[in-house]
Amino acid sequence: MTTATKTDAALFEFALRMGDNAVVLAQRVGAWCGHAPAIEEDIAFANVALDLIGQTRMWLGLAGEIEGKGRDADQLAFLRDARAYRNALLVEQPNVDFAHTLMRQFLFDAWHHPMLVALKSSADARVADIAEKAEKEARYHLERSEDLIIRLGDGTEESRQRMQAALDALYPFAGELCAADALDADLAARKIAPDLGALGERYLAYLKSTLADATLTAPVGAAVRKGGKQGLHSEHLGYILADMQFLQRAYPGATW
Amino acid sequence: MYAQEVKSTGERPKTLDEMAPQERAFQLRVDADIKIEPKEWMPEGYRKTLIRQISQHAHSEIVGQLPEGNWITRAPTLERKAILIAKVQDEAGHGLYLYCAAETLGVSRDALTEQLLAGKAKYSSIFNYPTLTWADIGAIGWLVDGAAIMNQVQLQKCSYGPYSRAMIRICKEESFHQRQGYDILLKLCAGTAEQKEMAQDALNRWWQPSLMMFGPPDGDSVHSAQSMAWKIKPMSNDDLRQKFVDQTVPQADYLGLKVPDPDLKWNEAKKGYDYGAIDWNEFYEVLKGNGPCNKERMEARQKAWDDGAWYREGLMAHARKSAARKLAAE
Repeated sequence: MTTATKTDAALFEFALRMGDNAVVLAQRVGAWCGHAPAIEEDIAFANVALDLIGQTRMWLGLAGEIEGKGRDADQLAFLRDARAYRNALLVEQPNVDFAHTLMRQFLFDAWHHPMLVALKSSADARVADIAEKAEKEARYHLERSEDLIIRLGDGTEESRQRMQAALDALYPFAGELCAADALDADLAARKIAPDLGALGERYLAYLKSTLADATLTAPVGAAVRKGGKQGLHSEHLGYILADMQFLQRAYPGATW
Repeated sequence: MYAQEVKSTGERPKTLDEMAPQERAFQLRVDADIKIEPKEWMPEGYRKTLIRQISQHAHSEIVGQLPEGNWITRAPTLERKAILIAKVQDEAGHGLYLYCAAETLGVSRDALTEQLLAGKAKYSSIFNYPTLTWADIGAIGWLVDGAAIMNQVQLQKCSYGPYSRAMIRICKEESFHQRQGYDILLKLCAGTAEQKEMAQDALNRWWQPSLMMFGPPDGDSVHSAQSMAWKIKPMSNDDLRQKFVDQTVPQADYLGLKVPDPDLKWNEAKKGYDYGAIDWNEFYEVLKGNGPCNKERMEARQKAWDDGAWYREGLMAHARKSAARKLAAE
């Protein structure tokens, strides 16, 4: 195998990881539409979902292009099964309540934004282009999540307890976002993607300080839950895909 | 029409001679097409009718998120999903905008929400019908938004300034939604036999409910004379309905779909379509709360409100703490 095809295979996987994070999280937050605690939140989460769908189209479009087998973003989103999905476990966790939804979003945005900032300097121009667009949206997502985490953590006793419970449940999944595997190391060596270890240190420092502002405490010694990047998911993903892919599966070959 | 069956004072409009000087001055402004603004004097009946009409309209936007939101996670392509999310987001925005317009009349959004949840305020009957297939999302855009636009275009000329301006903004987005809905059906009708069948089935189920959106027939409406005199309802229900039928039938023809009405026939003399009787019994049942989804829709809104209480209280508590800290620091 030549170096060039090896790079392509890794980059294909990487684009899937970025795109799958976006599409799975969009499925989750899109489900809040019409059910959020305030109209402003219906609008805000619809907005986030919309941004993430746009990013999905860019990342999965790039993945299809790199793969070179004629699969477009829709085929990659709607016709891959759970074992071929590459999203982190965090984004597939259920909505549970609005506290879990906000905490999941915060833990993701706090990683996603610096990740995209770093990817703007990617040695691969296509990656840098996508990151350039997506970073602006992710910055807005993070501003909003950070603000809400602090206000609700430092709100009533009930809102603090709910946010703490959500943090306890979701914190174990945050580690996966920064856990580099061989593929990440390979891309970092080629300057296509950042060193996840260094990004992870900054991520944890940021979480610590923001959670303190929110009067919340990250659980100590929580084991890192991972596997999503290798297609080893929680039991939740199968249901997300059954729902999302139903029309494409029920009417194969139809155009919509 | 989003605000259907709005009861006004129930009395026939007074003549100018019967009016007190203040009332007469108001009516003369309305007659001269001068917009009424929030701080001006207005008859109590005018204020109440507008609050009902605008809030019904706002509630409809909010409840209307539910039937379409039902298909967000199942939309068949990334593009369709994005368009649908954007549309539902627009509706929530319209709801906010309309609640703000209602608030200029001296009522709070929370009070209006309580009326909705208590069943005291209505929303459009159309949102009590279920979205059973993807084609329903197309049919809603085409028919429901089409009917809404027909109503709202004339409300752009409504005498109450804030409502009229809301309609101008909202209509632009609604026209966009309608085209997108029609586009879903164009795709389905040019697709496989199963897809075309899905589109026809959606038209069969949404046609009559869409005609009902314009409200009861003019003969049953003693209230609309006053609303028309006040220019908060420039055209009659039946006139709007006729306009809608005339516009929509050729669009169905273009899709190659059959409007589910054996009595539908072009009438050369009136240059419009004659159409069959509407099942008003069903309409009143739906308005009374006995439609297919009334219960589910209200339960969903009630749940969103109840489950969100801790969130709203948390934000209020934080705002109070921040203000206190700021004060202490000064």
